[in-house]
Amino acid sequence: MELNRIIHINEIAQNGAFDETKALIYKGSMGNHEKMLSSIREAIEKTGLKDGMTISFHHHFRNGDYIVNMVMDEIAKMGIKGLTVAASSLASCHAPLIEHIKNGVIKHIETSGMRGELAEQVSRGLMEFPVVFRSHGGRAAAIERGELHIDVAFLGAPSCDPMGNANGYNRDEENATMCGSLGYAKVDAQYADKVVILTDHVVPYPNTPSGIPAIQVDYIVPVQNIGDPAGIMSGATRYTKNPKELLIAKTAAQVIEHSGCFYDGFSMQMGSGGASLATARFLREKMEQENIHAHFALGGITGQIVEMHEAGLIDKILDVQSFDLIAANSLKNNRFHTQIDGRFYAGYDNGGCAVNALDFVVLSALEIDTEFNVNVLTGSDGVIRGAIGGHPDTAAGAKMSVVVAPLTRGRIPTVVKKVNTVVTPGAVVDVVVTEQGIAVNPRRQDLIDRLTAEGFKLNTIEELREKAEKTVGAPEPIKYLDRVVGVVLYRDNTVIDVIRQIDET
Amino acid sequence: MKIQKAAQAGTVESSDIIVKIEPADAGVEVVLTSSVMQQYGKQIEKVIRETLSELGVDAARVEAIDKGALDCTVKARTQAAAYRAAESTDYEWRTKA
Repeated sequence: MELNRIIHINEIAQNGAFDETKALIYKGSMGNHEKMLSSIREAIEKTGLKDGMTISFHHHFRNGDYIVNMVMDEIAKMGIKGLTVAASSLASCHAPLIEHIKNGVIKHIETSGMRGELAEQVSRGLMEFPVVFRSHGGRAAAIERGELHIDVAFLGAPSCDPMGNANGYNRDEENATMCGSLGYAKVDAQYADKVVILTDHVVPYPNTPSGIPAIQVDYIVPVQNIGDPAGIMSGATRYTKNPKELLIAKTAAQVIEHSGCFYDGFSMQMGSGGASLATARFLREKMEQENIHAHFALGGITGQIVEMHEAGLIDKILDVQSFDLIAANSLKNNRFHTQIDGRFYAGYDNGGCAVNALDFVVLSALEIDTEFNVNVLTGSDGVIRGAIGGHPDTAAGAKMSVVVAPLTRGRIPTVVKKVNTVVTPGAVVDVVVTEQGIAVNPRRQDLIDRLTAEGFKLNTIEELREKAEKTVGAPEPIKYLDRVVGVVLYRDNTVIDVIRQIDET
Repeated sequence: MKIQKAAQAGTVESSDIIVKIEPADAGVEVVLTSSVMQQYGKQIEKVIRETLSELGVDAARVEAIDKGALDCTVKARTQAAAYRAAESTDYEWRTKA
């Protein structure tokens, strides 16, 4: 057959004639496991990682993660310098990064949050380039839009088959390490130039349903341990017994019940703080009493949400991050508990992201100011000790955002004149619930009218601030230097605030 | 009130302060460490000094470890430590008039 005699052939079939000697024929060999490598070093070499590139990690192993330190140590040994580390978040266990920063291996960090010694030192001026803090939705959108280009993603996975189908749980072994959803890692796998999966369980093909599909994976490195199971997740998220938090939770549930957002078929997200988790318990009682059920629950998922799903009170669970083993097991076993990625969850440039379908979200806060701005990133001493997470994403997406916090923590007031760091702007914060009063943003006159008509005694946010100050006294302002050590981005990746170096002189 | 021996009051629990008082030749020296040093260090020292002054203590060495105690707690712990250090049980319990 002479192809060139077929009219328009080069426009309709571009690759020439079949040639048996060149054809790809695998005959069930699974590519002879060509993606499987024997060491992290081999993977780094094969990805072509060079000075100045950007690498990424996920934080689904939380404070039990071994991947970041393991990979960075190997990169340092190979003499690669000037890297940007774009992690979905960092925890206390990542203190060894300090040495890599000092030695020039890491030039810049992007993350949702930071804790422990690394955060202490960054707050004291460790890095020349300010750290960029993004929300989970902001990061996902930045990756998709190319503002944050990832050269190589190193993603830990509790199971992976020889082709690269990776997952946050393991169907073959009951007692294997698990993290549940790989939601934030899914975005990296989709957009990074090269994707390396590090796993402690190579399982037979096909490892489906998968969190990360094989078609997005370049290399697989089996390692002894991906993390410390105890640090990755607890068995079950415990209910708070703190009476203050229980009172806040009960009040928040009452506000929600009368807010107009509590109807048959509603949707919700609960933050991970003690009071916001406890709110779910009080809501459950009301749902059972009034025969109301939720259409879906979103977000970081805990055992409490799973129990409500299994009791028929919540139809569907959309899970970007599983907080405990009950949640991870539910993702594995419950058909309508779905693993979603960070962009599906909260990507701002995507009108269809899940947070925009929320009726309400219950969030915690380190500080709230009289403009309703919320800080979840820096402590009362100005040191970085938290993470943005999905705070601004959900507050902006949900019909009603409820922030729950004690009025004071020890001697530290929570409601203040001006937060140290604006993470979520007052423009998207609707209700503040403390154990000593409720304040509704004056922007939400509709909520004020509704709650007042239901008999709630509301305070102004200024009244709450005064109550706090009366108890603990007026704190002296924290002293900062001019130097900026962190840049905080809102979910659209515009700069909403900066973090300055603390002045300890 | 004269400080006779070393004594202390309080705990290192959250929202408490432990105040240790020792005899000194002259003057009141306060060594404070606090979890809220930046924001409330000056205020805590002021309350300790005022409380000792009200009790007529003019010579003492005070070491205090604060875990975010409120002013009323700081005052109560300082008073208790001072009475113990002065070996005095002559408390002036206040009653509402």
